Amino acid sequence: MNFLLALYKELTEQWRTHRWLIVGAVFIGFGLASPLLARLTPQLLRTIPNMPPGLAEIIPEPTLADAVTQYVKNLSQFGILLALLMSMGSIAQEKERGTAALLLSHSPSRLSFLLAKFTALAILFAANLLLAALGGWYYTLLLFAPLPWRAFLALNGLMLVVFLVYIAVALLCSTLARSQGAAAALAFAALLIIGLVSALPGLEQYAPSRLFAWGSALVLGDSLTAWPALGVSLTMLVMALGAAGWLFQRQEL
Amino acid sequence: MIQIEDLHKHYGAVRALDGLNLHVEAGQVFGFLGPNGAGKTTTLRILTGLVHPTRGRASIAGLDASRQRQALTRLVGYLPEEPAFYPWWTPQEFLDYLGRLHRLPAPTRARRIRETLEQVGLHKVARRRIGGFSRGMRQRLGLAAALLHRPEVLLLDEPVSALDPLGRKEILELIGNLRGECTVLMSTHILADVERICDTIGIIVQGRLLLQSPRAILLERYAQPLFEMVSEEEALHRWAESLATQGWVREIHLQDDVLRVVVEDAAQARHKLLASAVAQQVPLRRFEEVQPSLEEVFVRLVNGEIKP
Repeated sequence: MNFLLALYKELTEQWRTHRWLIVGAVFIGFGLASPLLARLTPQLLRTIPNMPPGLAEIIPEPTLADAVTQYVKNLSQFGILLALLMSMGSIAQEKERGTAALLLSHSPSRLSFLLAKFTALAILFAANLLLAALGGWYYTLLLFAPLPWRAFLALNGLMLVVFLVYIAVALLCSTLARSQGAAAALAFAALLIIGLVSALPGLEQYAPSRLFAWGSALVLGDSLTAWPALGVSLTMLVMALGAAGWLFQRQEL
Repeated sequence: MIQIEDLHKHYGAVRALDGLNLHVEAGQVFGFLGPNGAGKTTTLRILTGLVHPTRGRASIAGLDASRQRQALTRLVGYLPEEPAFYPWWTPQEFLDYLGRLHRLPAPTRARRIRETLEQVGLHKVARRRIGGFSRGMRQRLGLAAALLHRPEVLLLDEPVSALDPLGRKEILELIGNLRGECTVLMSTHILADVERICDTIGIIVQGRLLLQSPRAILLERYAQPLFEMVSEEEALHRWAESLATQGWVREIHLQDDVLRVVVEDAAQARHKLLASAVAQQVPLRRFEEVQPSLEEVFVRLVNGEIKP
């Protein structure tokens, strides 16, 4: 199968099944809402009735760092969740329904079929993350101060790398599984395992989630870096895709 | 054109194919018959390269189905038993996409799509979403997809199972008309369809080929002469008792006012049956020598009542 033709099919499918709308709504929504939430949270807290005297005065005024933290926290959580939801059924569903067999009986390249799925998801997430970043940057400018745009772009780039890792892992789970249900179970098990391993003492510096902290530090001018985490993330991504490709080539449809 | 040698496919302890051998000549419309679970679908899926055999070899035009999938996709059109589609596509878009996969130039693609949709009777719904199609319409679209690139070999798995009688007739005629243009290997359990269009028949039971033969020879060799008579029930009952003692009569089946008699020799029985009816004073309303059906032969072969 020609890779570009396979990619065309994936992008058309994303558009017609409204995946662009779903991912766009979540990303752009949180991109805009994060600085707004950071700005309004202290004000909302002050409006709580029967607040003990003196407490309202000690609630700190929101800062640029709060806006960035809110942005990273919201988009990282929902981005990873969306990465799994959008990817985990993509191969398993086609195997289960028989559409993979129908299409691949006309075209032999299973690798193109798989890589097109990954590329289409990468485009979907990259484009919507960019829109979220633009919205977040603009609202932060309005509500706080201008963010250093190069560093903010780097933060979003690092976030995208983490999402791509989870997309690749979910695609591997989808390739391993025979049904959508099994693929979902495998993908969430993988999420849990990555989370548990990342929390082990000494291993957190290698965890993909460390890239969020690196990105935040870049924007806020801190000196933290996470090159080992970047290396591990890219290795995980390549290995997950390689394993999925190897398996899919040998599977019966 | 299609060559299968000692083909085995095991799913754990289950032997879906157990040493299948089959040969289909170019240009034939080959009916692949067998009871449910005999291994028909597995055989077709191995020929498309979607399933790998445990042992043995399946090839089309000399190309190994497992190792030379790339070359085979140009050569083969495949209709699965229950073709699945992307519901968001229209038939026009879907076939256009397949045409691009087969690298058909744009004008050829447009012409072929129009022709093929007309052939399968879907030209009026070419721009409707596939998601709303019935099973029959999906089967027609599956056939269109298999035919679009004008393959040399068509592998059809139960191609008319979801169609109404009129649709079945149309599609069977279409398949029958492909004789000589391309080689068709058609699996089915509907014997009347096979009788209608297939020139050669292969019967598979428990993963092995029971027999392969031209349809006419199969019927001639294995079908038993059968006579069917209609009369009054009481008279038939009396007559059946007298026929049961005759050496030239093999089987007698009486149901209500219909008597079926299987005989050794049709020519001899024609005279003897009529003479016997006169002797027994049976007032016949109908006397007919029934054409042997494939169904009868199939059932007796599969049940082991006759040896291939």
